[in-house]
Amino acid sequence: MAEVLKLLRSAPWSARFGLVVILFYVVVAVFAPVIAPFSETEIVGAEFEPWGEPYLLGTDNLGRDMLTRLVYGARNTCVFAFITSCLAFLFGCFFGLMAASLGGWVDQALSRFVDVMMALPSLIFALLLLTILGTSVPILIVVIAFLDSSRVYRLARAVAMNIAVLDFVEVARLRGEGLGWIIGREILPNSMPPLVAEFGLRFCFVFLFISALSFLGLGIQPPTADWGSMVRDNATLITYGDITPLLPAGAIALLTVGVNFVVDWFLHKTAGLRDDQ
Amino acid sequence: MTSKGKAANGHGGAKGDILLEMRGLRIEGQADETWHEIVHGVDLTLRRGEVLGLIGESGAGKSTIGIAAMGYTRPGCRINGGSIVFDGIDLTKADESTKRRLRGARIAYVAQSAAASFNPAHKLIQQFAEAPVQHGKLSASQAEKDAKVLYKRLQLPNPDTIGSRYPHQVSGGQLQRAMVAMAMACKPDLIVFDEPTTALDVTTQIEVLAAIKDVVHQFNTAAIYITHDLAVVAQLADRIMVLRYGDLVEEGETRSMLAQPKQEYTRQLLAVRSYRRDEAPPTHEDPPLLEVNNVSASYGPLIKVLEDVSVTIERKRTVAVVGESGSGKSTLARAITGLLPPFEGTVKFRGETLPPSYKQRSKDQLRRLQMIYQMPDVALNPKQRVRDVIGRPLAFYLGMDEKARKQRVRELLEMIELPMDFAERLPGELSGGQKQRICIARALAAEPDLIICDEVTSALDQLVAEEILKLLQRLQDELEVSYLFITHDLATVRAISDQIVVMLRGRVVEQGGKTEVLTPPHHEYTDLLLSSVPEMDPDWLDNLLEKRAAVG
Repeated sequence: MAEVLKLLRSAPWSARFGLVVILFYVVVAVFAPVIAPFSETEIVGAEFEPWGEPYLLGTDNLGRDMLTRLVYGARNTCVFAFITSCLAFLFGCFFGLMAASLGGWVDQALSRFVDVMMALPSLIFALLLLTILGTSVPILIVVIAFLDSSRVYRLARAVAMNIAVLDFVEVARLRGEGLGWIIGREILPNSMPPLVAEFGLRFCFVFLFISALSFLGLGIQPPTADWGSMVRDNATLITYGDITPLLPAGAIALLTVGVNFVVDWFLHKTAGLRDDQ
Repeated sequence: MTSKGKAANGHGGAKGDILLEMRGLRIEGQADETWHEIVHGVDLTLRRGEVLGLIGESGAGKSTIGIAAMGYTRPGCRINGGSIVFDGIDLTKADESTKRRLRGARIAYVAQSAAASFNPAHKLIQQFAEAPVQHGKLSASQAEKDAKVLYKRLQLPNPDTIGSRYPHQVSGGQLQRAMVAMAMACKPDLIVFDEPTTALDVTTQIEVLAAIKDVVHQFNTAAIYITHDLAVVAQLADRIMVLRYGDLVEEGETRSMLAQPKQEYTRQLLAVRSYRRDEAPPTHEDPPLLEVNNVSASYGPLIKVLEDVSVTIERKRTVAVVGESGSGKSTLARAITGLLPPFEGTVKFRGETLPPSYKQRSKDQLRRLQMIYQMPDVALNPKQRVRDVIGRPLAFYLGMDEKARKQRVRELLEMIELPMDFAERLPGELSGGQKQRICIARALAAEPDLIICDEVTSALDQLVAEEILKLLQRLQDELEVSYLFITHDLATVRAISDQIVVMLRGRVVEQGGKTEVLTPPHHEYTDLLLSSVPEMDPDWLDNLLEKRAAVG
């Protein structure tokens, strides 16, 4: 605990800001029912009401409270993005480390398959798959995780390749250790820093990706509150000079910036970089 | 450059004016967010045309001081006291542009690894011309003409055309000389040599040393020569400063210091290569522990790196394999361990033929043949504590439970002369020598019959290396293991081997008992290797070059 505090004290302002932002989102997501003044899907007033009492940020195109939707959006979109990135990492790291440790045809087969996946623009690929498979939440999660795992695979393989040639891995191989030990005990613990950093960035990308899909109508389906679809549904307000549709967009931007600040700091620390270099 | 005060005559006599003077130099380095002093007030005086040797083990601050002579510190370091006056300019107070004008033009630097210091994308001669043109000293064509003269002076092959090659197209020793030439480009007043021969083979080291000695005297350049090898610096330096932990231990004229060292530490450094052990008599056992029969191996189908190599190792004996880099000695180790399955020949261990690849070998066969690596830094998993590193072979091969493991780890730590509480440390919290000891303990934990030591001391400071050699020797006496000792350092060979195998370009050129191989007449190549090992005698290099010139 004392170490964590010491670490935080040494963090630059950007990282502290990022941490505060993330913490804020987590609190909002966890306590959404307590914080939100209304329920998520309830129609409480007329459409497009202006800011004021009792609808602090007005209402949306169906007359639902904007603030409530924003708060629930944090919960839905963040949790969704988190699960998806976890899954993408599970797949990506597993196959990436396998490819790096085994090499040979396993590596060839996996890598060429990933090349094919990466050759298709992921948004188009996702639209295609979602049109075929439908847009229920589990399918959405698996499809996005599948697409993203190809990027994670690339990184995990590259990092593990550099570690797999080090002498201590050779020592383990010569000792007669199995693949499980070599990947789990020798390679994985030493490839964590870049992977953790990548996790932060990936989370942001997934987040934006979901929002983009929702904006196109293939993401999280109504009436579930989601920032991407909220931007789309209320976009007309912009023409009247009302900034309300920008709020969910702003919420996405703020979280992305916050996560990136923290990731930058983390990378900086683990890479042993200095400011004067 | 003639306007800068006429430098005094050459070697040995009275030197000219003071060129560089450091007074009470203090340098701090940053670690864990706090500043630690790494150089504690060192005084240094260098006159024109004089060569000063800075010697000490790693962490002595010798490189830090050497670089400070250019008014520069490594990232994460800062000068926090004292003065560095170069020809009347205090570099601690001078602004960046003043220092930029000096660096490259009047003070030059030769780094340890020439390969890492050259830009691989440009030709040698372009990189040579960069500094003089940048400083406005010479035109590009004039600089190239100068380069050819210097290349010739430094005895590089084909001096007229070698400059048009890229760094990867010349050998390590040639590249190092090209770097010396580059440092000489502006005819500087001072050159800082930072371990320029440490990464080279002994035979190549001689060429570079001779070249440096020649040009430094020819152009009457003052030099600071940084090294951890007293025998090397003895060949070049007029004066030597011995450093330890950022303090000056002893300073004096080279000859008088070698003849009468005043401090105990200097005496230890002088005695460093004197450790000797008598050859153990051959046992003529049948079958021998390890028999390598006519092994050939290659990387890919074309590049043969081992050809028809046969070596025999008997129980409780040490076989040393010597040769320059590229001689195939490490490949021999890889062929024996099965990392590189040989395509011809067999490896017999305890009378039975081992499968060529380690993947097909049984757990027991793997256990009996252990390996210790050159770089203890990468041979230990940085995320595993010492108790796990040593404990793993105990659990894996011998099936010990946690309690038995703990007990055994203690015993092993005692054997390698490290305190018990080291069991909880991570490799990052150990010094180089301690890490190597842990690697030894890990090998011993498997209770092997044979340990292959691949250059185990070459990454260590000399005093530490000697401790490791003594430890290995003691362990052999106690545990009756055999060693296959791969090294390029003949001093190590002399110290601990019973039998010597000399390798050249993938073939064995000579092998036999230690006394037999080390007593003349030698094979031509063995002779070259043996005579290239630097000795503490300051006249050694001159005598050797004279002798070789007379013969050749």
